[in-house]
Amino acid sequence: MSENIGKIIGVNGNLLKVEFENPVIQNEVAYACVGDLKLKAEVIRIRGNSAELQVFEDTVGVKVGDPVEFSGDLLSVELGPGLLTQIFDGLQNPLPALAEECGFFLQRGTYLKPLPRDSKWVYTPVLNVGDTVVAGDTIGTIPEGMFDHHVMVPFKLRGKWTVEKVTPAGEYTVEEVVAVLKDDKGNTVDATIMQIWPVKMPIECYAERLRPTESMATKLRTIDTFFPVAKGGTFCVPGPFGAGKTVLQQIMSRNAEVDIVIIAACGERAGEVVETLREFPELTDPRTGKSLMDRTIIICNTSSMPVAAREASVYTGVTLAEYYRQMGLDVLLLADSTSRWAQALREMSGRLEEIPGEEAFPAYLESVIASFYERGGVVRLNNGTQGSVTIGGTVSPAGGNFEEPVTQATLKVVGAFHGLSRSRSDARRYPAIDPLESWSKYPSVVDEENVANARKLLLAGSEVGQMMKVVGEEGTSIDDFVIYLKSEYVDATYLQQNAFDETDASCSIERQEYVFGKLVKLLNTQMKFESQDDARSFFQKLAQTCKDWNVTAHNSDEFKQTEEQMIKMLAEVSDYAE
Amino acid sequence: MQNKVYHRIEQITGSVIVVHADDVINGELAYVDSAHGTSLAQVIRLENENVYLQVFAGGRGIGTDAHVRFLGKTMQVPFSENLLGRVFTGSGAPRDNGPVITENMIDIGGPSVNPAKRIIPRNMVRTGIPMIDVFNTLVESQKLPIFSVAGEPYNELLAQIALQAEVDIIILGGMGLKHDDYLFFRDKLDESGALSRSVMFVHTASDPTVECLLVPDIALAVAEKYALEDKRVLVLLTDMTNFADSMKEVAITMEQIPSNRGYPGDLYSQLAARYEKAVDFEGSGSITILAVTTMPGDDVTHPVPDNTGYITEGQFYLKNGRIEPFGSLSRLKQQVNDKTREDHRTIMDTMIQLYASFKETLEKQSMGFRMSDWDTKLLQYGERFENEMMDITVNLPLENALDAGWKILADCFEPAETGIASKLTDKFWPKA
Repeated sequence: MSENIGKIIGVNGNLLKVEFENPVIQNEVAYACVGDLKLKAEVIRIRGNSAELQVFEDTVGVKVGDPVEFSGDLLSVELGPGLLTQIFDGLQNPLPALAEECGFFLQRGTYLKPLPRDSKWVYTPVLNVGDTVVAGDTIGTIPEGMFDHHVMVPFKLRGKWTVEKVTPAGEYTVEEVVAVLKDDKGNTVDATIMQIWPVKMPIECYAERLRPTESMATKLRTIDTFFPVAKGGTFCVPGPFGAGKTVLQQIMSRNAEVDIVIIAACGERAGEVVETLREFPELTDPRTGKSLMDRTIIICNTSSMPVAAREASVYTGVTLAEYYRQMGLDVLLLADSTSRWAQALREMSGRLEEIPGEEAFPAYLESVIASFYERGGVVRLNNGTQGSVTIGGTVSPAGGNFEEPVTQATLKVVGAFHGLSRSRSDARRYPAIDPLESWSKYPSVVDEENVANARKLLLAGSEVGQMMKVVGEEGTSIDDFVIYLKSEYVDATYLQQNAFDETDASCSIERQEYVFGKLVKLLNTQMKFESQDDARSFFQKLAQTCKDWNVTAHNSDEFKQTEEQMIKMLAEVSDYAE
Repeated sequence: MQNKVYHRIEQITGSVIVVHADDVINGELAYVDSAHGTSLAQVIRLENENVYLQVFAGGRGIGTDAHVRFLGKTMQVPFSENLLGRVFTGSGAPRDNGPVITENMIDIGGPSVNPAKRIIPRNMVRTGIPMIDVFNTLVESQKLPIFSVAGEPYNELLAQIALQAEVDIIILGGMGLKHDDYLFFRDKLDESGALSRSVMFVHTASDPTVECLLVPDIALAVAEKYALEDKRVLVLLTDMTNFADSMKEVAITMEQIPSNRGYPGDLYSQLAARYEKAVDFEGSGSITILAVTTMPGDDVTHPVPDNTGYITEGQFYLKNGRIEPFGSLSRLKQQVNDKTREDHRTIMDTMIQLYASFKETLEKQSMGFRMSDWDTKLLQYGERFENEMMDITVNLPLENALDAGWKILADCFEPAETGIASKLTDKFWPKA
């Protein structure tokens, strides 16, 4: 702890004004001392010899004249084995350990070590004395759950370093030195298993950034087929309350075909995190047969927890994601919700009396959001392997209106947009991703041209549906009516997915390719009907059968039988034999 | 240092006064004595030697020579068995003629619950109102607002739920209540004998604005203590829009930059801090919060209902004296409605789907389109559903409500027309 002490001269909400004498650093961490308590804070503005600090806790009880200890470090996280399966708050306090210490409530001023100091890890070195290394190179490995956790050359080192000494294989704690490195000027550095990294700086120890092209399967048909997300891509999910943003993220966190999922619950309901918290350990990951929790980290700063730590929580999340990416893993970061984080910025900006931008959000909102999403990406590491960080953020627009600043700033920088609509969720059409408004710049898992045609049909169907509201079914031609029914059919049997059915809830890429192929064929079939009622009842029956089809296991006997049945039904109304 | 008195007020703006003082802590309470009476005040901002105090009774009548006496403690409320049956103001003073309680003072606005200690809610709260029990089940530890407009019987609904719900303690937090409404609640609780297990914190429309801000915190602090003593507590907060408006008033007086329609930028965090107090303590009691949020101009995108919707676990729309089936939602219902009776979910889904079809038919009818046999059946069904299920005066235990649902279906439709699996119709369809 440095000896740099300041003195509080003002308190306004969670903003402190502090007078200092020795140099202070912008964004360094400081502790306000209130009696025996030390409240964590961050320097956010410096003017003359007074610094303004945002406190990550409630400031009741603080008084003018109280001392403040400046730490000299930026807001940082600990990186090392033991992060997986953990539940942290926005400042990387382990919540279960905190609960053991403090009981039901989060006591302010209590900070615990994110990584347990006493657990021992089985370590195997991969470097030899005399090797030349750069930051991010692997020193040794440690099995962590189902992964080989890489202990890496500290990310902060610049230039080339020579290995002076390596620690032999054995069991060590995270603080133990595993290698001594020396640069050409003779400086030596002790590399420990654990390292510390400031959250607001991206980890950039890789050879190059690549363009995200490989699909990240979510097993949701609407997303993978129509609005895909690539590994290393970014996407956003805006929607009014009750449209199913959080449920959609929960489904993705279960299904996504990535190595590690980091859930940053930022300023949302505690109850929803609890569902994940309690259910994940019980669920098995179909890819590995292990518990889903084994590949998950939860960062949880719910709405009633201190506002300033909310902003930190998304950065903590993305820093952990980048760390695992450095090991050549694919990581998915889900942030729910980025609007709450933007609101935290707005609250702080208001207290700093900055000139407000639109809806009182600070003028730098856009650049802050952009630089956050830019931390996603797929990279080629120095050893030739690839790793990726995919970022998905929900947005909670005020009044469900997408024209507001946070949604707009986010849309500019993401690669896919999954807009949820109130009307779809009211009609219980889940997932409520609006097929007409959403878009993606990443390649689909199926043929692009077919997807474009299907979207055209959906649009045409919706136009007929609008028209029908005015002129009634009587005034609609049978051809138009069939277009309408076809689009409703696509919606009911392909876009909608039953999250409560085990089979339907996760539709593999292989199955999507097959089913979508069949769907395209059906859409291209000319059909003949005597009357509109005939057409409707045909599509109702077909949709019912197709829904049954969706819940049968892929390529099972039942699956094939149902398919046969659908082909027969279709043949009866086709204008020509298939 | 305690009880130091300051005589000179530097500034008075709205309910906020500034004095020069030292050794004052953030959030500290003080008494402000002036020619027109004594009021509590709370420190809300410190700036060098300037201390900003929010005067609970407002700034009116305060002279520049008023006396400010700091108490050396932050806002507290008493907690004991003696609270039951009593009525207090927003600052914790007795509103009835009972004695002042000073024993066992507890802090208000305490820390939030560690998410790692929360559990998945699991107990249904029975209310006897079919639109709630059957269609949007209320769950212990849920936080749920009633979205409504002025003039709707939301307070009656709140009282009815409170009286019928199986809870140990009822805590009413009234904000900006009309005096009549306050008396209505008191009499209603008294008549039914529930007053002896209730505590009321009431701020009426004529009381100082600042006291309105304290009501939810005081009510929830007391609720938390009861819950930790193994009690199931139901907290009623009416009306949270008044609470938000008071916040707006104070924020504007403090020259804060407004964000949306004049509300402060931290509206979401402020509301969330209160609603998130709803909790089920493992191995102990629970807090369930039912609130009223009136929507100015029936506009759900207004900042107060909008932010509330993002925080709470669903909402009930009260419109034309009925809880609307569309838009109303209990996010926690699926945690409990599979354990009640096997036909519960089916009745819930089927009756709503048919009601939606009825609404479509109504639209068709108003456009002058032809009515089919099916449409006629739907019209008959819709009317009966509205009168026998949706009306908030209907009062049936869940099982009877489900039976009533089957009866309505049987009177209007053939079993196959409802789309209900034959396994259930065989068992539950009423025999002619």
